[in-house]
Amino acid sequence: MSVRRPFTACLAQTSPVLGDVEQNLEQHAAAIENAKGEEAGLIVFPELALTGYRLRDLTYEVAMRRDDPVVEQLARHSRGIDILTGFIEESEDHRFYNVAAYFSAGRLLHVHRKVYLPTYGLFEEGRFFAEGTRFDAFETGLGRIGVLVCEDVWHLSSAYAYFLQDVDWLLVISSGPGRGLPEAGKEPSSGKAWNSVLVACAGFFQVGVIFVNRVGWEDGVKFWGGSKYVDPAGEIRGEAGQVDPQLVFVDLDPRDLRLARINTPVRRDERPSILAQLIDRLAKEGRVV
Amino acid sequence: MKFLSLNRELATNFLVDFVRAEVTKFGFDKVVLGLSGGIDSALSAAFAARALGPSNVLAYAMPHRDSAATSLEDAKTVADSLGIPLEVVDITAAVEALREGLACDDAVGLGNIKARTRMICLYEKSRSERALVLGTSNKTELLLGYGTQHADMASGLNPLGDLYKTQVFALSEHIGLPRAVIDKPPSADLWVGQKDEDELGFTYAEVDRLLVRMIDRRESNDDLVEDGFTREFVERIRAKVRNAQYKRQAPILAKVGLRTIGIDFLYHRDWGR
Repeated sequence: MSVRRPFTACLAQTSPVLGDVEQNLEQHAAAIENAKGEEAGLIVFPELALTGYRLRDLTYEVAMRRDDPVVEQLARHSRGIDILTGFIEESEDHRFYNVAAYFSAGRLLHVHRKVYLPTYGLFEEGRFFAEGTRFDAFETGLGRIGVLVCEDVWHLSSAYAYFLQDVDWLLVISSGPGRGLPEAGKEPSSGKAWNSVLVACAGFFQVGVIFVNRVGWEDGVKFWGGSKYVDPAGEIRGEAGQVDPQLVFVDLDPRDLRLARINTPVRRDERPSILAQLIDRLAKEGRVV
Repeated sequence: MKFLSLNRELATNFLVDFVRAEVTKFGFDKVVLGLSGGIDSALSAAFAARALGPSNVLAYAMPHRDSAATSLEDAKTVADSLGIPLEVVDITAAVEALREGLACDDAVGLGNIKARTRMICLYEKSRSERALVLGTSNKTELLLGYGTQHADMASGLNPLGDLYKTQVFALSEHIGLPRAVIDKPPSADLWVGQKDEDELGFTYAEVDRLLVRMIDRRESNDDLVEDGFTREFVERIRAKVRNAQYKRQAPILAKVGLRTIGIDFLYHRDWGR
């Protein structure tokens, strides 16, 4: 285990241009420059920050291989700051994945392919994208990291998978659209539900949770921002607004991880074997797939 | 009625932001709209005035000689209260030429001609002023098909399209539109003495209570009848919504090629914006 040090993270709440990778790359470069100026160790962009979200047939036009010049350019930007951002990855066998890519020290360190693709209501991801199949934690100079893309975090087993791999920081990136304005006297319900889920993740798993959601409009659908950092004790430590593009800087401290795990040592006491046996038994009975 | 209740401040900010974002994204800074003297166009104009500044909202009153005098007066009241410029374009000559040329003696037909003449005026202003046409159709009208295709239903963007009429009233109160506009009975004013609620045979309040449950909450006819709506009303409204589907979409194309517009050539309008 590497020595954990406190660091500053930049939550880059952007408003990507739909289908224009070049302009979005410029947005990235500007934000990265700014974050480097603030001596941030990490900058996190929203889901599909390089492409925009409601892609439909644009999926095939904006997709990139891992050796694409744009990906290589982002890698070069990661000298001096770690970067997490989202785009469409085209695999060797021409599947199209909604991915979150982590860059560090001038190279692409890790790619998470979104596992749970929402395909209901206004969501059409399953029609265009292929599903990821893994939740792999990875080691960085900032600690052990697990990455989730939007809908992934609504499946509790996703964060649990990272909990079992002893991650320190959970990075959740999103293009969360508003779905229904609240009644009189109430706040937007999707933002509230998201908050509960993110705070619960921190609470259940004693990890620091970084959440970066985009803003802006795509054909009348508004993305509601609200990017935030939830510390390992479940406290919201920094939060962006719901309308404008914004860079929010938050401080992440490994001592918070230590204290949370002393106060509530659920990871030490967790018995995953009980769950493993259950899943095994249910699988034999044909009740889980 | 809780399903129709809105956080008015949040909804107002949301729709103002929508107009600002979707107009400026396309390189425009102005909108044009028809100001009828009614509540819908007044509310649309109010959102746009907040979003773009009053001087960037170009309003047009387009009376015909048979239009109610109060319509023009109320349009002036609205324009004054919002501080937006209002130009009067009389459509009598154009409508009468079409009436004669087409030998149209049908009240609905003539109403459609008036509504489409206004659309032509707005799209010419859209060209000459380099401004987007701002829509004013609310969700109740769109669902019921209570509008004229390629006329009042035509626009570049429409901040009212997902607001029931009941919600239009609530936001108009919130935003402080002139009393005269809020209190008068809704009318398309396409013929003398026309009133929406007389023509429809029910009030907006009644139909909105039904629609929000039928559409937004996906309730079945049986559930709705059990909760006190008459079966006749429920079935009639569901049929209206179904029969008006054609009005809410682009013309259908026969799929000949590998990729067909609207079927498997799928892009959103904000493509590249």
